This record gives sequence, structure tokens and C-alpha cells, in this order.
Amino acid sequence: MPTPALKQTREAEQARQAGFVCRVFCCAGTACLSAEGQDVWEALCDARSTHRLDERVDLVRTGCMGLCSQGPLVRVEIAGAAPRLYGTVSPMLARLIITEHVTPALTRGDDFVLPEFLSSHALPDDLAFFTQQERVVLDRIDQADPERIQDALAHGAYSALADALECRPAELIEEIRTSGLRGRGGGGYPTGQKWANAAGTAAEQRFIICNGDEGDPGAYVDRSILEGDPHAVIEGMLLAGHAVGARRGYVYVRAEYELAVRRVSTAIKQAREQGILGDAVLGSPFRFDCEVITAAGAFVCGEETALIKSIEGQRGTPRPRPPYPSERGLWGCPTVISNVETLANLPRIIARGADWFRTIGTTDSPGTKVFSLAGRARLAGLLEVPMGTSLRTVIDTLGGGSKTGRPVCGVQIGGLSGGLIPAEQLDTTLSYEAMSELGSVVGSGGMIVLDEDDDLLDLACYFLQYAVEESCGRCAACRIGTHQLLNLATKIRQNGATDADLALIDRLAKTMQATSLCGLGKAAPRPLMSFLRNWPERIPRADTPDGGAA
Amino acid sequence: MIQLTVNGFEVQVPEGSTILEAAKAAEIKIPTLCKHPDLPPTAACGLCVVKVEGMPDLVRACSTPAQPGMQVETHDPEIVNVRRTLLELILSAHPNECLTCGRHGACELQELAKDFGIREEHFPSLRRELPRDDSTGCITLDPRKCIKCGRCLEMCQEQQDVWALSFMERGLNTRIAPAGDISLAESPCVHCGQCSAHCPVGAILEFDQTEAVWEALRDPTRHCVAQIAPSVRVSLGEAFGYEPGANLAGQLYHALRRMGFDTVFDTNFGADVTIMEEASELAERIRSAPEKLPLITTCCPSWVDFMEKFHADMIDHFSTCKSPHAILGTLTKTYYAEKEGIDPDSIFMVSIMPCTAKKYEITREASMYASGGQDVDISLTTRELTRMIRQTGIALENLNCLELPDSPLGEYSGAGVIFGVSGGVMESALRSAHYFLTGEDRAELEFEELRGLDGIKELTVNLGGHDLRVAVAHGLGHVEQVLERVRQAKLKGEPMPYDFIEVMACPGGCIGGGGQSWNVSNAVREQRAAGLLKEDRVQEVRTSYANPWIQQLYRDFLGEPLSEKARHLLHTRYQPRPEYLR
Repeated sequence: MPTPALKQTREAEQARQAGFVCRVFCCAGTACLSAEGQDVWEALCDARSTHRLDERVDLVRTGCMGLCSQGPLVRVEIAGAAPRLYGTVSPMLARLIITEHVTPALTRGDDFVLPEFLSSHALPDDLAFFTQQERVVLDRIDQADPERIQDALAHGAYSALADALECRPAELIEEIRTSGLRGRGGGGYPTGQKWANAAGTAAEQRFIICNGDEGDPGAYVDRSILEGDPHAVIEGMLLAGHAVGARRGYVYVRAEYELAVRRVSTAIKQAREQGILGDAVLGSPFRFDCEVITAAGAFVCGEETALIKSIEGQRGTPRPRPPYPSERGLWGCPTVISNVETLANLPRIIARGADWFRTIGTTDSPGTKVFSLAGRARLAGLLEVPMGTSLRTVIDTLGGGSKTGRPVCGVQIGGLSGGLIPAEQLDTTLSYEAMSELGSVVGSGGMIVLDEDDDLLDLACYFLQYAVEESCGRCAACRIGTHQLLNLATKIRQNGATDADLALIDRLAKTMQATSLCGLGKAAPRPLMSFLRNWPERIPRADTPDGGAA
Repeated sequence: MIQLTVNGFEVQVPEGSTILEAAKAAEIKIPTLCKHPDLPPTAACGLCVVKVEGMPDLVRACSTPAQPGMQVETHDPEIVNVRRTLLELILSAHPNECLTCGRHGACELQELAKDFGIREEHFPSLRRELPRDDSTGCITLDPRKCIKCGRCLEMCQEQQDVWALSFMERGLNTRIAPAGDISLAESPCVHCGQCSAHCPVGAILEFDQTEAVWEALRDPTRHCVAQIAPSVRVSLGEAFGYEPGANLAGQLYHALRRMGFDTVFDTNFGADVTIMEEASELAERIRSAPEKLPLITTCCPSWVDFMEKFHADMIDHFSTCKSPHAILGTLTKTYYAEKEGIDPDSIFMVSIMPCTAKKYEITREASMYASGGQDVDISLTTRELTRMIRQTGIALENLNCLELPDSPLGEYSGAGVIFGVSGGVMESALRSAHYFLTGEDRAELEFEELRGLDGIKELTVNLGGHDLRVAVAHGLGHVEQVLERVRQAKLKGEPMPYDFIEVMACPGGCIGGGGQSWNVSNAVREQRAAGLLKEDRVQEVRTSYANPWIQQLYRDFLGEPLSEKARHLLHTRYQPRPEYLR
């Protein structure tokens, strides 16, 4: 049970919100903020006070509303009317929303009709981008102000924690094990098992780490969750801490994610003030606190053993596993490292039960997955679908197909460690098992849609260049192999490929896959190799006898 | 014990073994470049990958634990192909200068390239030019040749706790250097050379000074004197096909004479002198300066450097006695020169040492010039002497194994011999300290508890009514623990935990020195140690004070231990030194 004070805060906030006839939500995610979002917000505030609507209209800055390609986004909710979502809102349009939509609607009630110049900016109510989603992790990201814990509490934050504190840790572990939740960072390791391993290792101390060092090109799932619903992540860490017997957590956030660092820090501070973090979590004997660690700025620090070294103040390079961090992690203690999205799933599972969770997704991959859709998609942004949804559904139905008018020729998913999947394979479903059959991964959620005009070999070279720059240098295969593979790819791009080139590429890729120490080097050849495998007709051939040029 | 199969062979290994160890038990050698028997796996090279039934990916044998029932495949064509490609990659970023490399013929990478029959370069060169660092005059760091195996860092940081070397930059630009891109001489490096002893290639070598020695040997006006350290005789043979521990003292004296040295002494005699002084120092402190206990040994120059840089608060506890070869250098240019009527300035003194730090020691302080000039002119490592012998064309196996060193600084006791192994200085000192405290010989001479490769060894010995608590530490990483106990006792005003502490910087002591023959491991250290302990056991005289040549030295020249003359010639001073010079 939550403490009486917390219950009071929650109910007071719910009552406050219910007291407004109109609530206007303004997206304050990084994408919208980078497109005049701050000015839009100020314009809304300004217009509200000009019209003396402070008592009647609540203005809320939320996390990412999802449709980033149409940002900045503003949503108007008036009691008794369907919500309206406006896209590409300028500060001018923001004022008009208050003056020509909110004000007259509040005065005229049912008689109000949205003027033409505003309805053209309103997005359709039945946009598949939204209606086809199944929002579990993102259920309050577009509803609550991430910088006000009251708002999160009003939307159910920390109620799962209150319930969990009544349970024995072993029960929690069993519940998560039963749910079948798998790590959303790319590896797909069963979270319950990870907890059991950490809890089962004798130790004085254990740690929980949230891995927010998202670095794959095109991926911004973790950033969006950290920015938009930091309390879900903190609650997830508290649940993990209670389950495995940890008293301390670290949120390792990519340094470039300034807004996420700020919002998580604020959330931690507010959670401490509310007695949620600290010596007596919700008044119970459970002690847990966490802090934000700003990441060291290397892609490889997202690899869990490198991340641990980085927190310890050492050079962030991977070490061999086993031992896994759940046995020997931070400062030699058992450590549960989970990705942001995984942690954000936990409160929902505890609140609604493992059986409910298993009704979503596939048998082997229960639950949902959040993706960040980018590239040539007509509608791009953050979306959440059940595991088992096909790539085609995400790209064509939710994403509205290609925005260029040229046909979609494939999709790059899973960031650096994923591959290029050709259009013929778009009926593949998004699940750990199906993606692994394709030689790709669900990965961290980046999804870049490609059309017929995209230079796929160039894209593969881009990913290789990224790997070259981000290789930590620890193991030979990655340190030298990424360079040599990029050399070869560049060579065939410029001069065309000979059979010998292709054979050498194949040999090198296999060696990197087999002997790299961590995922970076193992996966670095994937974009190039999937291009060569799936688009043989697009491989430039050398004009030599063995080049096989036509 | 767990049972598994490697290439179809059933094999049993203790729990906690790796696949690499299991394969070894099945007589299968899996190639490695980064794994060293002394060190935990750095898992950098990836050459040791193997297939395990039921695992989707290849795994590293060096760091994957063997599991019951595991079916391991170590050498199928796919694995060999991957290893060959990996070697080609490593070679594409490694200078192609085998013929002019100090590791030529003893290089682990060269050996693998040969075994895998690599005849062609399929990958373009990614070699880079980087400056060499010779600043210490002890070791040579050539970062171009580094294959980033991480052994030297593991040694320097984790085992020796010096942290002079780090990886700088990342990706292909990764290189070894002192943090902050200063020179090694400006870094906390204590010159122990363990980095060089563990480097699989020629990236870190002893600083070669053989040319200066050849020059002196060719100069008819120079009287060239050599001395060999205790541990060199049991390690040098390895490069010539002998088993580790084979004692080649006779052949070495003979070889040095063949090379042109006029006189050949033995550092073991210097060790006997050291004991005379140090055991007297101990007896004196027990009698009249107990606040300066524990006494800490100082034969090891890396340890002295380490102490001056990191533990200068312990200076008062240091024995002021010089190390054996430094003493022998001084005595050669004073006592011997005087006795033989040789101009000390014409004497060229060469020490053959297991050690790179001795190169630093011979100029470290004004007392190293006690004879009036530099007491030891050059200090060579075992590996440099190996090369000189080869250049001379001498067939070591045909030399006289019964050859003897020259008098009066050659004949030694068993106590002098065991200086080369961890615990040996302590054992020798205890043999003599008993005499200096009681005036009587001690019947029991061996202290089994002080032998072996445990990092810290402790013992309480009753010497003439005194319960002497002694500790022996080797490998600098183990010293901290011992010193911390002393420091805490001081802080709390409690009685000292020890009266006498021996420290040697290198694991196993000088037999595992940074300048010794390649391919050291604990098994090799044990064999080398056994070689020295065996010689001690067969010596007629096993205590330094009973060595008649020592008695003559004190009677004719020094007077008595700790006399004014002895203090002037045989003792040194210490000073706090900064860890970083820049």
C-alpha cells in the first residue's frame, strides 16, 4: 500500500486535473523541441493568460507524442468532445488554437465547429499510426508532465511498487519469469532469469543499472522513454532492486541526451522528496536510491561490461563473459543491467500481472516493442506495437509507406547490429525468434525505411565507418577488421567487385563475427553482408575477367 | 573434477578450469597471443576460439569455463580458417620487420604466422609510424609493434600496481603509452621490465647495451670484469635448449672468459657481503634502534624505486645496504684494484643481471660512484648475454661446466646463491643474523615456509631469544598489504607486525626477473628456484659469515660490518621521488 501522504498527493493531483474543462498537451520531446517546440509552448502559455483561461484550461508539457515527423505536436482535450491532435504547430498556430479552438469551444459547447484553417492542421482521428499501436510502455508518455511527479502519480506511477513491497522478492522474480519479459536492449535475455541469477549469487551488495547509453543510428526509443516517463524507469529499478536485494542503482545515460539527463535527475530528486527513493522506500524497510551517471561518450559503453568499467572510472572496454554481470558486475558485485524499455515494462507487468502480459505478443516474445521509425517513412516517430507485428504493418500501415512516392525497397533495423531487410521479407514478424532466423535482431528499436533510390552500399559503408570510429580497440577482429572491411567495401563501391574481393569480404566477415569480443565487432559486418546477400544485382562488378561483368 | 570431450577425447579437469586448460590436458595446444599463464585472460586476440556443441557462436577457450559434458572442437577447417584470417588482420597492422626485430626467432606472432603458413598479404597495410620510447634506458617501447594484447598493462597495473602504462586512444589508434603521453622516464615506471617479459612480440624489449660491452672488450686498455647474478645461471640455458633450472654457472664463467673478459666474478659473493651488512644492521636495530624495525630489504632496485615513489614514508625502515652487484662493483674498483694494482679507471665492470631495473640502479644515486667512478659500467640482462654468446659463436654445451670464478670476489656461500629467489634474501639473512646476535652457528638453516610462490609469506623465528616476525613479499602488487599493516600499527601506536621484511618486485623474485629468458610461467619459476636451492644444498659453506673469502675481505679491507669504510663503500641513501616528472 502506498503511504497515506503519497495517496493524498495522487488524489489531489487527480482532482486538480479533473477540475479543468480543457487540457492542452504540448509535446516536449527532443524532436518537437528542436522544431520550435519551446516557442509553441510559450505561445500557448501567453495566449492562455491573455484570454484569462488559467482557471479553466490546463497546459501540460508531455513526453514524446510519437509522430515526430509532424512535430511540434499539440493535443486539445475538451470534456465531452473528441481530442484533437495538431501537427507542425507554429507559435502562430498555437495562439490560434487557443483563440479559435479552445476559447470558442468552451463558450459555444456542442455548437462549436472547428474552422477550416485549423482543421487542415489537425491530424485525422483514425490515423493508423495511433490506432494500430498497443501502448503499454508508452501509456502515459503523452499524458503526463515528466517533470512533475504528481502527474506521474496521478497516472498510476509507483502503485506497482507499493503492491510489490507486499510481496516476497522470490514472488516478484517468479512473476517476471512467468511474464516471459525479455531484455529490450537487443540481447533478448529473459529478465526474470537475470534476476534469479543475481539474487542467487551470494554477495554483500548488489546493484541495478539502467542502460540508457543508446547509440545506434536512428534509434531514440530509450531517449524518449527517459525524457517522457522517467518515473517508469525509476519504478522499474526499484522493483528490480527489491527483487534481487539491491540497495543502489545507477542510470547510465548517454551524455548527448541532455534533456533525458535533466529529466531523470529531476525525477530522482522528486522521488526522494516523496519518500519513494531513500532509506525507507514508501515507509517500508526496503532501502534504495539511485543516481544518474552521464555516459563516457563511446558507443561501446552501451555494452554491459564496458558500461560497468566506465562507471568504475576505468577505460570503457568490454571484458569476456562469463562471468556475467549478474554474477560479477559493478565493483565485483552481482549486478542487474537492464535496458530502459525493459525497466519501463516492469511496473506494468507487476500492476496487471504476468498472465495479462502474455496475452500480448508471441509465445516466445511476449509484450510489445517500441520502435523509432525513420528514413523514408511518410509518418515517422515513436510507436509501440505488439511483438509479432509484421514489418509491413509497421512500415506501410502505421508509417504510411514511403514519403517519396518511390517504392520501399527495404528497411534497416536494429541499428549497427541489425541488417538490411529487403522488401520481399517485410512480412517477417518482429519477434526475437523471427528476426534471428533472418540473421538480424529486433535490436534497440531503430527502424530506417529505405526506398528504391537509396544507395544501399553507401548506407552499409556509413554503418561500417561508424563501427570503425566506435571500435574500442580491445580485440583484434574489431579493431583491424572494421577498417579492412570498410576498405574493401569502399573499393568495390569505387572499382567494382571481383570474385576475389567478395570471397575475402566473406572470409573477413565470418572472422569478425566469430572472434570479436563484443557485439560491436560481431555485428559490424551485418549491414554490408545483408546488402550483398539480399541485393546481389546491385553489387557493382569490376570490369575484369573474374569480375563477371556483363 | 569435471569431464568433457575435446576433439572426441575424454578429458578430466578440475572445476573452474577453462576450455584452454581442458584442451591442454588433452594434449591439444590451442593458439593464443594474448593469454599468458601468469595472467587472467585479456581476451583480446580471439585466436583461441573453439566450437562448443550446442552454442551458436564460437567461444574463446581462454575465458570460457569448461562445463561437464561439454563437447569441444578446437581445430576444424572453419576454425583454422578464422584463425588464419585473424592472423592476417593482425599482421596487416604489424610492421613487417622481423629480420631487424629484437624478438626475431622468439616471437609468438612470428611463430604463429609460420605455423599457419601465411605467405601472402591479402589485406592492405594499416601500419603506422609511432615514436619509440627509450627514455628509461632500461626498456625500449616500440608501440608500432604492439598487438594490443594487454598483457603488459595487466602486469603493470594489476599485478605490479605501478600503472605506468595505459592504453591511449581507441580503435585502430589504440596504443600503449604512459597516461598523458609523457615518456616512460617521466612516468611512475619502476623499470621492473615485467612488461617486456610478458610481451608476446617485440613491442617492449630490454634496452640493448651489448654494443658498449663489445667496444670495451675490444679496447686493450680496459680491464673488463664480469659478474653474474645468482638467478642468471638457472635461466640462461633455456634459450640454448636446456631445461629451466639447469645450472650453467661453469659454462657461463667459461663463456665470459672466451668473450674476452679479463676477470669473472660472481654476484653471489656480493650477496654474501650484503648479508654481512644487512644482518648486522638487523642485529643493531634489534639491539639499539627498535623504532627502525621492521627492517626492509633493498636488493631489488625496482622495489627501491617503487618505495621512493609510492611509499617514501618507509624510508627509515629501509636497509641502507646496497644490492649485491652494486657492492661487487664498488669492491672490484677498490679492494680488487688495490690488491692487484690495477688502475680503477681502467676497469670496465659489467653485471649480467636478470633485471632491467639494474640498468637504472647503477646511476641512481651518488653512492653508486663510491669507488670514485661509476662502480658498475653496464648492466646487461640475461637476454642480452644470450645474444652476445650467440654472436661469439660459442657452443655453450661444449664449455667446461666445472669452470670457477676468479678470486677474491668469486667464491661464495650457499646463502649467496639463494638471493635469486623470493625468500632467499630473508633465509640467508636469518642464517647470519642468528650468528650476529648470539655468536653461535645455527643448526637449522632452511626455512621452508619462506619458499614457494605465495605472494606473501610469513614466519616467526626465534633468534637468540628474540621472536623475530618476518614477512616476504614478491610481485609489487603484494607489497601494499604488508606495508599497510606496518602503517596501521604505526598510526595506532600498536606493536609492529613484523621485524624484517623482504621485498622483490618480480613474481618469484629474480628468477622471474624482467630481463630473464622468455616464456616465464610459475612452472618455469619453480624449476629455476629449484636449481638455486639445489646448489645451496651442495655448498660446503652455507652461511655468508663462514665464507673464508668474506672473512679475508673484512680482515684485510673493510674491518668489520658497518665499519666506517663499509658504510662509505657499501651503503646508500634514499629520497622521496615524484611519481610523475611531468
